[in-house]
Amino acid sequence: MTDVLEPVQHQGHGDHEEHHGPTGILNWLTSTDHKVIGLSYTVTSVIMLVIGGLFAEIIRAQLASPNGNLVSLAQYNELFTMHGSVMIYLFAGPFAFGALANIIVPIQIGAPDMAFPRLNALSYWLYLSGAITMLLGFFTAGGAANFGWVGYAPLSNSLNTPGAGADLWIGGLLLTGFSAIFTGVNLVATIFYLRAPGMTMFRMPIFTWNMLVTAILILLAFPVLTAGLIMLYCDRHFGTHIFSVAGGGVPVLWQHIFWFWGHPEVYILALPFFGMVTEIIAVFSRKPVFGYKGMIFATLTIAALSLGVWAHHMFTTGVVLLPFFSIMSLLIAVPTGIKMFNWIGTMWRGQVWFSTAMLMALGFLFTFLIGGLTGIYLASPPLDFFTHDTYFVVAHFHSVVMALVLAGMAGLYYWGPKITGYMLNEPLGKAQFWLLFLGSQLFTFPLYILGLDGMARRMALYPHDPQWKMLNDLSSVGAFVIGLSTVIFVINVVVSWKKYPAGDNPWDAHTLEWFTTSPPPHHNFYRLPQIRSERPTWDYNHPEHRTLHHGEHAAAEHAPEEAPV
Amino acid sequence: MPSFGAHAGVTDSSKSVFHLWQGFSIAAVIIGGLTVLLMLWAVLRYRRRGDAIPPQHQYHLPLEIVYTVVPILVVFGLFAATLVVENKETSNPKTNVTIDVNAFQWGWQFTYPGSNALVYGQTTQSPEMVMPVNTNVHINLTSTDVIHGFYVRAFNFSRYALPGVDNQFTIRAQSTGTYFGQCTQLCGLYHSLMFFRVKVVTPAQYAQWLDTFNNPADAAKAAAAVKTTNEELATGVASNPSNTKFGR
Amino acid sequence: MKVEAKILLGLGTFFGLMCLVYWNWSLENAGGIMMFAGMLLGFLPGGYYYWWSRRMAPRPEDNPHATQPDGAGVVGAFPGSSIFPFVLGMGAFFVVLALVFGIWFLVPGLGLVVWALLGGTAEGRRGGQH
Repeated sequence: MTDVLEPVQHQGHGDHEEHHGPTGILNWLTSTDHKVIGLSYTVTSVIMLVIGGLFAEIIRAQLASPNGNLVSLAQYNELFTMHGSVMIYLFAGPFAFGALANIIVPIQIGAPDMAFPRLNALSYWLYLSGAITMLLGFFTAGGAANFGWVGYAPLSNSLNTPGAGADLWIGGLLLTGFSAIFTGVNLVATIFYLRAPGMTMFRMPIFTWNMLVTAILILLAFPVLTAGLIMLYCDRHFGTHIFSVAGGGVPVLWQHIFWFWGHPEVYILALPFFGMVTEIIAVFSRKPVFGYKGMIFATLTIAALSLGVWAHHMFTTGVVLLPFFSIMSLLIAVPTGIKMFNWIGTMWRGQVWFSTAMLMALGFLFTFLIGGLTGIYLASPPLDFFTHDTYFVVAHFHSVVMALVLAGMAGLYYWGPKITGYMLNEPLGKAQFWLLFLGSQLFTFPLYILGLDGMARRMALYPHDPQWKMLNDLSSVGAFVIGLSTVIFVINVVVSWKKYPAGDNPWDAHTLEWFTTSPPPHHNFYRLPQIRSERPTWDYNHPEHRTLHHGEHAAAEHAPEEAPV
Repeated sequence: MPSFGAHAGVTDSSKSVFHLWQGFSIAAVIIGGLTVLLMLWAVLRYRRRGDAIPPQHQYHLPLEIVYTVVPILVVFGLFAATLVVENKETSNPKTNVTIDVNAFQWGWQFTYPGSNALVYGQTTQSPEMVMPVNTNVHINLTSTDVIHGFYVRAFNFSRYALPGVDNQFTIRAQSTGTYFGQCTQLCGLYHSLMFFRVKVVTPAQYAQWLDTFNNPADAAKAAAAVKTTNEELATGVASNPSNTKFGR
Repeated sequence: MKVEAKILLGLGTFFGLMCLVYWNWSLENAGGIMMFAGMLLGFLPGGYYYWWSRRMAPRPEDNPHATQPDGAGVVGAFPGSSIFPFVLGMGAFFVVLALVFGIWFLVPGLGLVVWALLGGTAEGRRGGQH
């Protein structure tokens, strides 16, 4: 086995040594380095998580008693609308494909930067201005948007929701939508054109694969949302009647358009986090990803099916084709199940190291299992008629998104040292994990029971019933425990600030980002190892422990390498 | 068989939905339980005990095929069961009683074609939809403004009231009683107050009730009687949960 | 390049099949058209990559036995830091605010956009800052 190390050459208009750009705030404003932009994305999206979380805490405080009068009915509608909007549009997506993918994907494939660095910077500024635009609604006379994060027409037209808040919501979504599209283009181009020599498609780490599929889904889905938003704006201000019955329009068309974006969006949110968890489980089990090719096949299958399931959000409209959407939605359980078993297979006969990142990833597995299984019920139209718009649905997707939050935290603990050069405090991290994990279960489980008991969602008040009050109280306690875990995270960042130097490869990890320094230099690499599998760093550090294919045994470990051509 | 948190309800189709729910739950408990056990075993049995590097196995094709094919079979089984219940629930059998339900911001109007009966109530009033027991009741559901949701917990059923669309379905209640219903699709400011009740009575009582609307004096009285004023909203939405929430 | 092309063509084919089944079964146009467009989004870039993959010399990143020196040379031109993405982003921000608060926001908005386009192009020709 020969590992030839060669200096990497890239052309940055002549120089590829140290970066001599501006510093401080001017660096933040003008940088086109994917790591700086990614860090801006990380900080902004975590701030959005905190804002959206604060809305959630107010909502849960209101629901702690049946006739809560913490907020008015109107304020309550604004709060849950903006909670959903901030979490979906401004936190989960940008955190996945703006923050972590932006930083990690180019390094994982051995690229010096994203393919279009200036477009990448533009994406961030559009995202930031979109976030500001959407939140500006709270400072207008009529308040923020209040028609739910799905903005169903005709409730969202100018007759039922006049005022600037709704327009700011549309404007914010247009900006963040374009930001997402540009990031999608950038990721696809980077992954297709900037891989290092020997990094074939089937040697890319699973995280990069998932980001590629996510980027393709962004390009399929987001333009549809943008078109729908423009139609909605025209209905509101230019007198068109696309979504209003009065002028011959069809209100359900908005739902078709919205969910044609909205369901792929679910996978746009989920796939990056699946990728993070895959990497983390493999590294902390000291094994390669079990069923690497099956994992990629499962990801592609999810992407393919995701375009044909949108109307399972619309079963109760009575105007959609039930069997088609039912079987398509049920089938998505199959590739998702393959992923679940592959994750377990990766840990099987490994050496599972319970670091904070791994604990978070394990928390993801359990929470996502619950969210996934309850999702199967909702793919069945009769069961959806029964639970639609009740807290059962709310509990289902909160199980899923809390799993994603756990996975995102796993990603921060895992890649944080690479990005900053410093580790986070492990005992504090473990405390955060237990609060976040147990808080999530305490938060969602009562909601399942409430939903089956008939409690409808988006209600500021609910019938007086001792059992309902108790279940709501439990759920609120869970939400506050989750809030507490976020406080611990912030404390952890402050406490560990520049305290525990990480070194290049603190986890004995597998992929290329752990081959370079922490934090990586401008243009990422001084040198690259030979790439002969999806684990080049591991192969370099452990040449005697290469991957065994099916049928091979440990005894074959020292068999000669295939001859180089 | 355990109920898995759901309930049988009071209509023909609510019972089929309940059985479907139980079937799905058994599948979920078996698959979920197995997965959790595998997860726990992997985590506890293979926790790190030293610095040895484990065998670097990556593929096991037969195993991967098994956990691809078995879920596909399970999914098609669940789909077949779904189709049976779905076809039953969405079939529109011949009916003698028709009720036009019209949802609006923020209330409900129930009219009975072929009679003078009309029940109407909004926000702080919960109007009552009166219907006969053991009879196929055909419901035409629509909305005058935004999208609303017609949801009766005891029927295990909900359907959107869409403006411009006449949504039709059939209910056959099997026992008399008063059941709690409400709008489940966000429809604006007073969405939280948009309740109604379904009162299932014997056919004789139903005929008698319809008849009251033929006498104008009685009609006003009857209409007033079914509009239960919900002053309880200030103190709690439904005055008597055991009676109004689910009727169980 | 072939694998990349095949992924997109495969997705496009699947969307096309799904579109046929759905459109014929449901007769619902919105979803049918959106799926048709999804199919095109698979076929257009996929077909382009496939066409190129048959005409270009194999790239080192597609060669499983490539060594790092195979990739020697210019990877690409990466611009240095630039203020113009920020300017363009703020321009777009003001244009969107014009949709909400009044048409006069277009004045600073379009002004910033034009400045960014001119400045960014000029900077690109000069080679940008480092």
